[in-house]
Amino acid sequence: MAQMDSIGTTTEGLARRRMPWFGLLAGVVGSCLVLFIVAPLAGMTLSCSLSDLSAAAAEQEVRSSIRLTLLCAMFATVACTAFGVPLGYLLARRRFRGRSLVLAIIDLPIIIPHSAAGLALLTVIGRHSLIGSVSERSGLLLVGAPAGIAVAMAFVSVPFLVNAARAGFEAVPQRLERVARTLGATPARVFFSVALPLAWRDILGGMILMWARGISEFGAVIIIAYHPMTTPVMVFQRFKDYGLDSARAVAVLLVGICVGIFVVLRLLARRPKASEAGHA
Amino acid sequence: MLELRGIAKRYGRFALEALDLKVMSNEYCVLLGPSGAGKTVILEMLAGLIRPDAGQVLWDGRDITSAAPETRRFAMVYQDYALFPHMSVRANIAFGLRSRGVTRTEAAGRAEAVARNLGIAELLARRPATMSGGEQQRVALARAMVTEPKLLLLDEPLAAVDIAGRRRLRDQLKQLQQRTRTTFLHVTHDIDEAMFLADRAAVILDGRLRQVASPEELFRRPSDRDVARFLGMRNILDVVCSEPGFCRARGVTIHVAGSDVATRHVWIRPEEIILSGQPFDSSARNQFHGHVAQYSRAGDLLAVEVDCGDLELTALVTYASFECLAIQKGRQVYATFKSSATHCF
Repeated sequence: MAQMDSIGTTTEGLARRRMPWFGLLAGVVGSCLVLFIVAPLAGMTLSCSLSDLSAAAAEQEVRSSIRLTLLCAMFATVACTAFGVPLGYLLARRRFRGRSLVLAIIDLPIIIPHSAAGLALLTVIGRHSLIGSVSERSGLLLVGAPAGIAVAMAFVSVPFLVNAARAGFEAVPQRLERVARTLGATPARVFFSVALPLAWRDILGGMILMWARGISEFGAVIIIAYHPMTTPVMVFQRFKDYGLDSARAVAVLLVGICVGIFVVLRLLARRPKASEAGHA
Repeated sequence: MLELRGIAKRYGRFALEALDLKVMSNEYCVLLGPSGAGKTVILEMLAGLIRPDAGQVLWDGRDITSAAPETRRFAMVYQDYALFPHMSVRANIAFGLRSRGVTRTEAAGRAEAVARNLGIAELLARRPATMSGGEQQRVALARAMVTEPKLLLLDEPLAAVDIAGRRRLRDQLKQLQQRTRTTFLHVTHDIDEAMFLADRAAVILDGRLRQVASPEELFRRPSDRDVARFLGMRNILDVVCSEPGFCRARGVTIHVAGSDVATRHVWIRPEEIILSGQPFDSSARNQFHGHVAQYSRAGDLLAVEVDCGDLELTALVTYASFECLAIQKGRQVYATFKSSATHCF
């Protein structure tokens, strides 16, 4: 909201100088869009009674589903961070042949249908695939198991992490790293003591985004695992089998938890004013 | 001793052609050239941060062209300070020592000693963002010097500092270099800065090294017209010399010193042109009559432009003689100079 306010004042300032109608128009049009996002969520929440909500929260099936969803998405995020952060650094700092191809590949999971992504994953981790059969024989079930759910979540949400990490590293002035090298720091030390400390807020922001995106994934997850049931799958299943009222309470519960986590972590990752000045 | 052999680099709009340069040990060497000539790129090539397209970098005769920056011990100081914003001043200064495996306590002690030397001991606990440009640059200098570099690379270190801080920092740079006997290579577009600091200055124009000389020598004998113009020298005439001692410039004959058939330009030192209201007898061979076209302040002196018909001369005069001659626009004057006031090139 704070960001919206500041944009509002800038447009106002412009409007007073040149075209009064334009600022007004942009404000009205913009408000429509914000309303478009808020209205369904508010409507769903308001039409769900407190007793429905507490009943859903008390259900063992719902609780374990929410726990499963949060944990799978978190595991996917942490695991991908170990790979995504070095990749983001490489993409931010090196100009190599095929870099733009890599950038395009990273965005692929965002643009393809997620059900298709699930099918594609099945060919790699399915029971009859090499990875699937090996891991099943060694006791780690993928399809129809939490590990497979985490893989599906990771596949569709990892672009957010890599892109955030890349943007974070790009915002670190290269001169800081160069000067560090001339002072005797190896590339590894430059990464850990200069680049990473200055980019961690952006990386954390990317992790939050990836986690939230993983939690809400439906299409890819339902193809890899109908059971155990993640909450988005459960919302779908209840809507299909018992109707709107039954699904709504679970949906509101999950949305509430997501928004709560999102707000708390965004506040934690917010850049303090002083360090912003230091960046410039 | 640092030696560049045929260093060449294309970098965007900037192209450096086969640069040969030697920087002696314990010397304060200044690379002088206009802004945007890619002088930063030269320093970054020396530091090992950018690979030259061709040529070699040698240190004490050893080829280090492909050595990693952290192994060279060439510390860099940038125009925009490039301090680590997430570290205190103390941690910034100690960074290089910590990178080389010095213990935390020893690094902190040495950082403090250097900070005291540069008069920034009271800043040690502060963050860079809260400090003035001059303070930040002294921290950057301390951070580089604490590592006891073999060569200190300074990229326009005074350009972003305000005028009051600049003079103090400039003095400190000179003292620091003399006290530590470290080799300094300093890049700047500021001629006064180069004159004050340099033991030797190297002028780079259009990607080519034009002249390497002491500052005095540079002004006494610029190698060509571009260098002379870059140094801001007045009274450079295009001439033809047919016989020794004489040059013709736009229909006027000038008595000069040290000319030969290869001479293309004559520089008449403006501070050695004497203005007078009446012609006078002297050993000076050149005397021209004209009127004052205009005048302007030039530091502690006044630059008076005299229109002598075919010839325009600028003389530097003191305020005393300016008043004594009652100079104003249109005033008829005689401009007199000896042949020894000229330099042919």
